[in-house]
Amino acid sequence: MNSSIPQADTWQPRIIAFFCNWCTYTAADLAGVSRLKYAPNVRVIRVMCSGRVDPQFIVQALAQGADGVLLGGCHPGDCHYAEGNYKTLRRFEMLQRTLADLGIDKERIRLEWISASEGDRVKSVINEMTEEVRRLGPLELPDKQRQWDQEMDQIEEAVKASEAEAAHVA
Amino acid sequence: MKPKIAFYWCASCGGCDEAVVDFAEDILGVVEAVDIVMWPVAMDFKKHDVEAMPDKSIVATLLNGAIRTSEQEEMAHLLRRKSQFMIAYGACAHLGGIPGLANEFSREQVIRWVYQDGPTVVNPEATRPQTESQSNGDTLTLPRVWNLVRALDQVVDVDYYIPGCPPTPKITKAAITALLEGKLPPKGSVLAPDVALCEQCSRKSTKPANLSFTEFHRPHQVILDSEKCLLAQGVVCMGAATRGGCEAACPSGNMPCTGCFGPTSRVRDQGSKMLSSLCANLTAKDEKAIRIALDGIPDPVGTFYRYGLAKSMLRRKVNLPADEAVGVKR
Repeated sequence: MNSSIPQADTWQPRIIAFFCNWCTYTAADLAGVSRLKYAPNVRVIRVMCSGRVDPQFIVQALAQGADGVLLGGCHPGDCHYAEGNYKTLRRFEMLQRTLADLGIDKERIRLEWISASEGDRVKSVINEMTEEVRRLGPLELPDKQRQWDQEMDQIEEAVKASEAEAAHVA
Repeated sequence: MKPKIAFYWCASCGGCDEAVVDFAEDILGVVEAVDIVMWPVAMDFKKHDVEAMPDKSIVATLLNGAIRTSEQEEMAHLLRRKSQFMIAYGACAHLGGIPGLANEFSREQVIRWVYQDGPTVVNPEATRPQTESQSNGDTLTLPRVWNLVRALDQVVDVDYYIPGCPPTPKITKAAITALLEGKLPPKGSVLAPDVALCEQCSRKSTKPANLSFTEFHRPHQVILDSEKCLLAQGVVCMGAATRGGCEAACPSGNMPCTGCFGPTSRVRDQGSKMLSSLCANLTAKDEKAIRIALDGIPDPVGTFYRYGLAKSMLRRKVNLPADEAVGVKR
């Protein structure tokens, strides 16, 4: 069973990042233009506002194999749409509590306000989070969910066998 | 020959069977139109009676309850094979239901609580049910309890869903009529309106365009106005993220919706969607005030995923063991 769990020396954290178009994504662009080097473990998805990030997106990312999710938005008061980042802040707090009750470490989801000029902050946040998630280890929910369902294999196989037998008789 | 219908129950409270009984005299019309070939709560048919029937000879099985034992899993497979339509009846078969909340705990935690640690349990020898035991030279067996509670479609192919805890007689009758008249929607449909419950709620006109919550109350902490939108009163009413079809039975009784009809077709994860809508509308802007306001919802999983944990994207508390040996009889 353990063979499917990657070894610590080859496993790399996989982090999904949702960056708002106006601040954090622009900052990530700046980090790139400034040739700042940061951990390659983050896959960035650009959204128009951090308030566009439905908590379903975060849960789905984790359920489908992400080890962590990073949200980046404008500083409070700076939202291009006035209030979107406040909505995110409130949702984030409750989502973190809910996920903690479901066994997902609080450090696996992170919310940061990064303005368009803070390219160096993109670098430090991504590096920090990558190390944090590396310390926590793989989450691997798709594998876990497959393992959970192995308890049903025996009956499923028996059913298939009896159905094949019935089909053969007919 | 009349079409054959089967009712079956798995991990459920009996309320769904009660809902069928709630047809009252209308049940006679159903009995006239169909042959009931299996109904453990009311009629004496056995597993071998079903086994003896040709495959697909039952028009529809209405199965209520979640699947959490080997026996329930086996019966679900058997009835699936014998039926043209497998219908998940009620919140537990549809979404995992209240029993699905057991997915917050490991099997050992659940069994330990039920047989040892629960405050009403008297079990000085710490006896636990065994899958096999000896009594007067006979071997007695019990089904195995699985580590997870599952919705029906996580175990067998399901054709339709009739939601609710329990489904109302009205949507049940509508579903049976559609079935008998062959007027069914596409496979996989939930047989209830695909709109949020707010659409059917008599309090809808009092729902403000901008809900701004300053704090959350639980229903027993406040005296509720019987006409004003419950969300506007600071109560967690799941109506906004829940499919209609019950005609707002709970809000009509001055209680908030708890979400038993599950999400509409546009929502994959009812809990995180409700969380999203509710929390975004807080008025608090700084972290401390937000935290204090959110403390008014002390059990977010039990609130937002009350019926839907087993079918949610995460399915269960993720750091529990996949398979755990349960303690043996001492």
